[in-house]
Amino acid sequence: MGSRRPVHPYIPNSVPAVKEEMLREIGVASADELYAQMIPERLRLRRRMELPEPLPAELDLKRHVEEILSRGNTCSDYLSFLGGGCWQHFVPEVCDEVIRRSEFLTAYAGGPYSDLGRFQAVFEFQSMICELVGMEVSGIPTYDWGSAAGNAIRVASRITGRREVLVPRNISPARLSIITNFCNPTETGDRITIRQVGYDAGTATLDIGDLERKMSDRTACVYFENPSYLGVVEVLGDELSEIAHDHGAESVVGVDPITLGVLAPPSDYGADIVCGEAQPLGIHMHAGGGLSGFIASRDEERYVGEYPLRLISITGTEREGEHGFGQCRYERTSYIARENAKDWVGTTTTLWAIAAAVYMSLMGPEGMREVGESIISRSHYAASRLSEIGGVNIPFSGFFKEFPVDFSATGRTVTEVNRGLLGHRIFGGRDISAEFPELGHPALYSVTEVHTQGDLDRLASTLREVLS
Amino acid sequence: MTGEVKLRRYHAPVWDEPIILELGRRGERGVLLPEVEEGIRRRVGPAGDLLPAKVRRKTPPGLPELSQAQVLRHYLRLSQQTLGMELDIDIGVGTCTMKYSPKVNEGLAAMIAEVHPDQPEETMQGLLEVVWRFGHLFLREISGMDEFSFQPPGGSAAAFNNACMMRRYHGLRGEAAQRNEVITTIFSHPCDAACPATAGYRVVTLYPDEETGLPDVEALKAAVSEHTAGLFITNPEDTGIFNRQIDEWTGIVHDAGGLCAYDQANANALLGVTRARDAGFDMCFFNLHKTFSSPHGSSGPGCGAVGVTEELAGLLPVPVVVKEGDRYRLDYDRPNSIGKVRDFQGNLPSVVRAYAWAMSMGAEGLKEAAEVSAVNNSYLETKLRKIRGVTKPYGGRRVDQIRYSLAKMREETGVGVDDVNRRVVDYGIQTLFTSHHPWIVPEPFTPEPCETYSKADIDYWAEVLRRVSDEAYSDPEKVKTAPHGSSISRINHSPFDDPERWAMSWRAYRRKVRKEK
Repeated sequence: MGSRRPVHPYIPNSVPAVKEEMLREIGVASADELYAQMIPERLRLRRRMELPEPLPAELDLKRHVEEILSRGNTCSDYLSFLGGGCWQHFVPEVCDEVIRRSEFLTAYAGGPYSDLGRFQAVFEFQSMICELVGMEVSGIPTYDWGSAAGNAIRVASRITGRREVLVPRNISPARLSIITNFCNPTETGDRITIRQVGYDAGTATLDIGDLERKMSDRTACVYFENPSYLGVVEVLGDELSEIAHDHGAESVVGVDPITLGVLAPPSDYGADIVCGEAQPLGIHMHAGGGLSGFIASRDEERYVGEYPLRLISITGTEREGEHGFGQCRYERTSYIARENAKDWVGTTTTLWAIAAAVYMSLMGPEGMREVGESIISRSHYAASRLSEIGGVNIPFSGFFKEFPVDFSATGRTVTEVNRGLLGHRIFGGRDISAEFPELGHPALYSVTEVHTQGDLDRLASTLREVLS
Repeated sequence: MTGEVKLRRYHAPVWDEPIILELGRRGERGVLLPEVEEGIRRRVGPAGDLLPAKVRRKTPPGLPELSQAQVLRHYLRLSQQTLGMELDIDIGVGTCTMKYSPKVNEGLAAMIAEVHPDQPEETMQGLLEVVWRFGHLFLREISGMDEFSFQPPGGSAAAFNNACMMRRYHGLRGEAAQRNEVITTIFSHPCDAACPATAGYRVVTLYPDEETGLPDVEALKAAVSEHTAGLFITNPEDTGIFNRQIDEWTGIVHDAGGLCAYDQANANALLGVTRARDAGFDMCFFNLHKTFSSPHGSSGPGCGAVGVTEELAGLLPVPVVVKEGDRYRLDYDRPNSIGKVRDFQGNLPSVVRAYAWAMSMGAEGLKEAAEVSAVNNSYLETKLRKIRGVTKPYGGRRVDQIRYSLAKMREETGVGVDDVNRRVVDYGIQTLFTSHHPWIVPEPFTPEPCETYSKADIDYWAEVLRRVSDEAYSDPEKVKTAPHGSSISRINHSPFDDPERWAMSWRAYRRKVRKEK
């Protein structure tokens, strides 16, 4: 005790002699004198901040944070059927290996002469997303599916000069809230109005009649999802796009790319702009931190000119055959145009885009087909097992990896069912009974390639026990 | 210890790495999945039959086919051709606070990799505690604000979040239509203009006085009116100049009925020194991937931690982590909330890292980090002002960074900042951050020598700049024809604005440039 606090390992120039040498060079006696030249006294905090006692020793810090975080569980030690916008998929080790690389982890905003590899990796992400969705243009990733949809809808509004969008009733309420903040400043007159289109009670696909009733010459775009939040594959995509086009509107499709080894790309059914969530492509859930959206479109100037994102284009160099990269139509972005930009661009989720590029490369077309087939087999197996349980109803059949399970006839609420499952170390499906009361007491179950037959059998038998 | 700085020999790795879609052979695989069990197949039949033929994919996606080692090698080579912050002295990328991201925190953040955000609260108590502790015990005290949200996943996203809250605030008072203007300054980050604009605001931008580098307070007085929704501003601005009248500014905006939103991207040298609340701000945000050491991730994932006064706490996006007794809970019951700007709770691994970093520092450590950043900045200035061709527009002491100009060098040698930027790369130094547009300061660059750089690092970095300056005056062609030691030679920029030749995907490139069918 009484000894001087050691110099912090993250602050080399806090060695007193070094700091003094630098201060001498600057010509001031202390840091305080420096601040006095910059910040008026009345704004200075003239007391020590009251913060928790620090743990400067790495081992102490590690123990402390580990101790706190150990008060919790993960989907590795519980069997989880949670999805609804963030899903448990298999993450190949190579994905983690690449994004743990110090170069990718700690780079930021360098140019292509210093960060060529970062530019190329993003270009490859764009290229492979384009292969999956059947488009030719994509950009850096967005924050998540919701922000990608918000951006895509605003692009459609600018292209058409119209200020009304149609979105499905069976959209994720969280995503709708994000889109609303992007598109619909309810408080101002200058807004993009959002109208919701109902879904068919029998199939959960979009209600074509309702869509046609709501289409007008004010409609900028029809936004629909494949699969929908309720998990169902949209079989009438071509008709939805056609209706949009007949009214001079854009067809904007939100898609889960893990489906695209087996499901037709949105370009096949008339999509003009595609958006979606890249998290299933080799990115851990990270308590929701793993989300990463994308946008893609045809290679037409009217779309490219309206993207808010940085768009990485390939080009040549002075050396024959060498690939270079750079920013396409950079003056669109807020970095140049400020308030006149196409929305805004900023720090998004590039590290996840690199993970997704690695994932798509590892999987290839066959891997993407297999993962899709594996998921759909497992989810339908799970649904089949669960539907054998008395009172358990699975209302829709045409789903991919997620499906609502209605517990109304069991006399239990989802809260009660999930509490019972939790006692058996199972995270039941997301409770969507407040979001979709028309479905009774539904929970949204997510089944992916990580679930073995044993896991699904265990879910069925535990559920039977919980409900008995 | 002192004396001449010897520059190293450097050359960036050259791998001539093809695009991954050019690699591999049909049939190769990088990873395999478990077979679907017999019991599943027996019950559900062939997967293909579970979907109508109409929605099935007809032709496989044109992804590459490679074995695992080949995929890994490709991306390792790309990583080697990326000059991460941990490899170079990344002082040049100012406004971004390229500080060291402690390795121990990576392992701690990885503990939540397999957490689903919708898990029952009782299975996330530890994580929620970290979030609560960081907001309540650290950021509240650091900023003086009352409540924090970590939902915005980046700095610009936080600015947008704050524009949405501003809109809601005036909406609740029935003044949203009337208050349709946001005021910012040209040296505030572009997000402070672009995000309010996306939220529906007309943006009024104040320009600096030629002497002080700051807009005059009279300009602000003239700009406010009954249409003012609020102010979006950085301080210090991206020039490094601290607005000493900032409390007067917030007062003027408040008197006009507006709110004040503080973009604290440049907060690194202010920790424990001055606080957002004490300058009169109603909301603020910190970039956890800048000031709080979470890694930049090649440009995200980040986190814009938004702090507000109690009056605005009800507007924060939901959910907010609250503590009840010794339990932590997600509070969705905020009827005036703007809802969501990002799904779930945002990017929580950043919060874990930021908490761990702040815990390793404590009150004295954070203040030391701030002070050393300020000292480093002024020390670097003593070096740079001796370099020929470098000037510092506007006078005065700067906080965490300085926007210098190479206009003199350009005038005298023809070598400008774009040339210098290609040349510094040859010395193993990251491209300098110039300035966002417009370039009010001509030929700008903006170094930020934050606290994790040593005096030797700063000396070295300054020496690179001195060397390049010498070259500009003695052999300008050498600088103009740079880079000479990069992974590639000079890029042809002309396709980037040419719809016939730009290509944002390999398939577009093959069709348009290679003219393949």
